[in-house]
Amino acid sequence: MIDFIKKNIKYYFAPKKYPDYWKAYSETLKHIHSKSISDSKFVVFDCETSGLDPKTDRILSMGAITIHGNMIQVKNTFERYLHQDVFKRESVAIHGLLKNGNYHKTEEAEAIKDFLKYIEGAILVGHHINFDVNCVNYALKRMGLPKLKNKTLDTSVLFKKTKHQVYSHVNNKVFSLDEVCDELKVSKKDRHTAYGDAYITAIVFFRILGKLNKNNDLTLKDLFYTPKMIY
Amino acid sequence: MKNSIAERITDFIKNYPPFDHVAYPDLYELAVEINVIYLDKDEALYTQGKPHNDHFYIVNQGAIRIYRQEGENTVDVEMCDEGDVLGLRPLIVNENYLLNAKAYEESIIYAIPIDFFNTKFENHTEINKYLITRFASNSTTRFSQEENEHIFADYKRTRQTDYFSSKILNLMTSAISCSHKHTVREAAQIMSENKISSIFISKKSKPIGIVTNKVLLHNIATGKFSIDENVKEIMNAPIVTASPDISIAEAQIIMLKNKVENVCITKDGTRDSKITGMLTQQDIVASLSNNPAVLMKQINRARSISRLRDLRQQLNDLLKRYIDQKISFTHTLTVVAELNESINQRAVELSVKELDTAPPCPFAFFALGSQARKEQLVPTDQDNGIIFDDVEEDNLENVRQFFMNLAATITKNLHSIGYEYCPAEMMASNPEWCLSKKEWEEKFKNWIYNPTDKNVLLSAIFFDFNFVFGTKELVNNMSDIVYQHTQNNKRFFMFLAKDALKSPSPIGFFRQFLVDQDGAHKDQFNIKQRAIMPLIDAARILTLQHNLQGINNTAERYYKLRELEPQNAEVYEACAYAFKALLKFKTKSGLASLGEDDGKFIKLETLSKSDKVKLRRCFKPIKSIQEVITVRFQANL
Repeated sequence: MIDFIKKNIKYYFAPKKYPDYWKAYSETLKHIHSKSISDSKFVVFDCETSGLDPKTDRILSMGAITIHGNMIQVKNTFERYLHQDVFKRESVAIHGLLKNGNYHKTEEAEAIKDFLKYIEGAILVGHHINFDVNCVNYALKRMGLPKLKNKTLDTSVLFKKTKHQVYSHVNNKVFSLDEVCDELKVSKKDRHTAYGDAYITAIVFFRILGKLNKNNDLTLKDLFYTPKMIY
Repeated sequence: MKNSIAERITDFIKNYPPFDHVAYPDLYELAVEINVIYLDKDEALYTQGKPHNDHFYIVNQGAIRIYRQEGENTVDVEMCDEGDVLGLRPLIVNENYLLNAKAYEESIIYAIPIDFFNTKFENHTEINKYLITRFASNSTTRFSQEENEHIFADYKRTRQTDYFSSKILNLMTSAISCSHKHTVREAAQIMSENKISSIFISKKSKPIGIVTNKVLLHNIATGKFSIDENVKEIMNAPIVTASPDISIAEAQIIMLKNKVENVCITKDGTRDSKITGMLTQQDIVASLSNNPAVLMKQINRARSISRLRDLRQQLNDLLKRYIDQKISFTHTLTVVAELNESINQRAVELSVKELDTAPPCPFAFFALGSQARKEQLVPTDQDNGIIFDDVEEDNLENVRQFFMNLAATITKNLHSIGYEYCPAEMMASNPEWCLSKKEWEEKFKNWIYNPTDKNVLLSAIFFDFNFVFGTKELVNNMSDIVYQHTQNNKRFFMFLAKDALKSPSPIGFFRQFLVDQDGAHKDQFNIKQRAIMPLIDAARILTLQHNLQGINNTAERYYKLRELEPQNAEVYEACAYAFKALLKFKTKSGLASLGEDDGKFIKLETLSKSDKVKLRRCFKPIKSIQEVITVRFQANL
């Protein structure tokens, strides 16, 4: 055992050699908590994948939108279609992306690199965001990089916070994006495309912030605080 | 790189003016520059007095309330919903915001950067046209004549009048002239009687000169000449003449060259032939632009009923264009109602002159129904009455006979202008509605204290009267009588409330629109009976209860009520909004089916999905206001 540690200690303590873009990315994530909600940069993002297993399935397209203040800048959005070898027939029905579809496709490493640049200093927001983050993490692993360092907010959890206590029975329920949209009356146009889901989720996020901020005293900390009972 | 959100925004804005005339790729470029803003209820989009921030806005979802802060009071200007553009004016004139914009409900707004928009669409004519009209509709005063005059002056020609080919023959008006032997005083008297600003001086029907307001100012008012001098001493001569066969464009060039504002039209175009008419700068501007201010002037100067009919037609064109250009409906409503009232006034005035005998005693002619409420956009039936001062018993029938003759002339004239006769004979020519002061009082008392079904119905029709022509005190006196007898008269209010509540509901159990089951309008939705009348009736009862005299417009009534009863402010505001929206539906449908009916029947299949949703949204306030009335007047007993 000791030998094993000795053998590897060098590896663990040696300064890691990561590319510059990764360093620049991780540098921007250091002082986030001091900011207020209106100063914070939120990136709402969604991936369409070839399946539901982050380990074996691949990202087919990514869509992301920056929210700053209460505004989305249309010019400043992120949309990539990825070139992948893994392709599953059964998921085409959901996302509609063909293997040799007519989109301008990027290599995975290139897209992830752009994505890291795009989410610098941001808090990631998504519906069931852990899945999307996992997918990106596996892609990062394939590139020899560590996991994403951003803080994350899940709209499916935030949505439950908007519910009054008398509806506490919903706390154990898992809300799909469709259900949330129906309840918040958000139009579901372009559902199941990465950018479409990202835009829909951004609107959902706006609505939720509006609901939670009824007394004008919502802080960033409140967003990250999740009562145990919700899970 | 592909930007799907920009595509999505493009898909949205391409449906709304001014963007509906722009090519897709251009719009896409614009959409890329747009910011999407989310506003929670009551969050401000911009604030009065603050400098603008280089963006204007289009509402994607929700509604934005635009209002003005006047000291403590807030004055509602407009409600913008899906597809409406706002906040443009301060950018164009580069001034601070004059109005506040706040989210009326949760809203998503697209912010469009003006710089990019300007450079991109500088030379786009449709967009420029739109901007100019938008500009007018956002003016701060409700009927700001001067401003409109500048803005509309060269905006858009009516389709019928072509500047270069149309002959001035159709445009010219009859000329008023006086003989060269008249004195200045006599000439001025003729001018004042006819409300004109210039008069031709003729010798054997041939024009020799012109006297204008300016001439009078410079020569008479300054004391240079006495008013008893001969007009020849001061007139401008020689006079500018033209032939009736020249085009409008040519006439305008003649005016510009000679620096005059009116041209005398003679038979062969020279000074040595008979005067046939005149053409003023005003007439040309009016024919090209249909400007409301000019239209108003022309109405007041119209000297014949047929002229008024033309003007009423022009007013219709104006209305149509306002609706097409999506100019603020509140603005449209005020402008059209104001002009409509003037046409009526002028028609009565002309009819009185036509009769050629002076009325034996003071009288007033008043309008009822939608015209009295200033909600008449498309001409409907005429409903009106006459009140005259009390006279001695023996003379009463003679006097009544006189006024009935007058009324017959008026209704005939109104009919030829385009207002149908009332099928129920609710007109001043009916002896029942041509009464003396005392008789009206008796009648009102009878209706108020014997609220039978018929009497309640009559009350509902008659208590919206509005003065049109004559002695105004008589009509004010009528209002006093009504309020005097209705005040604290719970029984009367209860009956009136019951009547107001009996209109059938607009939607059925399954939230479907309830349509007529049979008859000529089978399967059509009667928007007037099912949606508009309940709002009007409710507003009337509440204003009667509050003794609000002189406010006849339903929307204004609700705004006033909102101030008086803060506890119900939300309901009233929603009602005012719904009322305006419903009236807009009716007007649109009325313009589409002009001649058949006034638009109260809507063919549901012609409505788009979003129109149906909007329409349905208007029904909620109806229910709320009916609840308020039921509870307040115990109408369910």
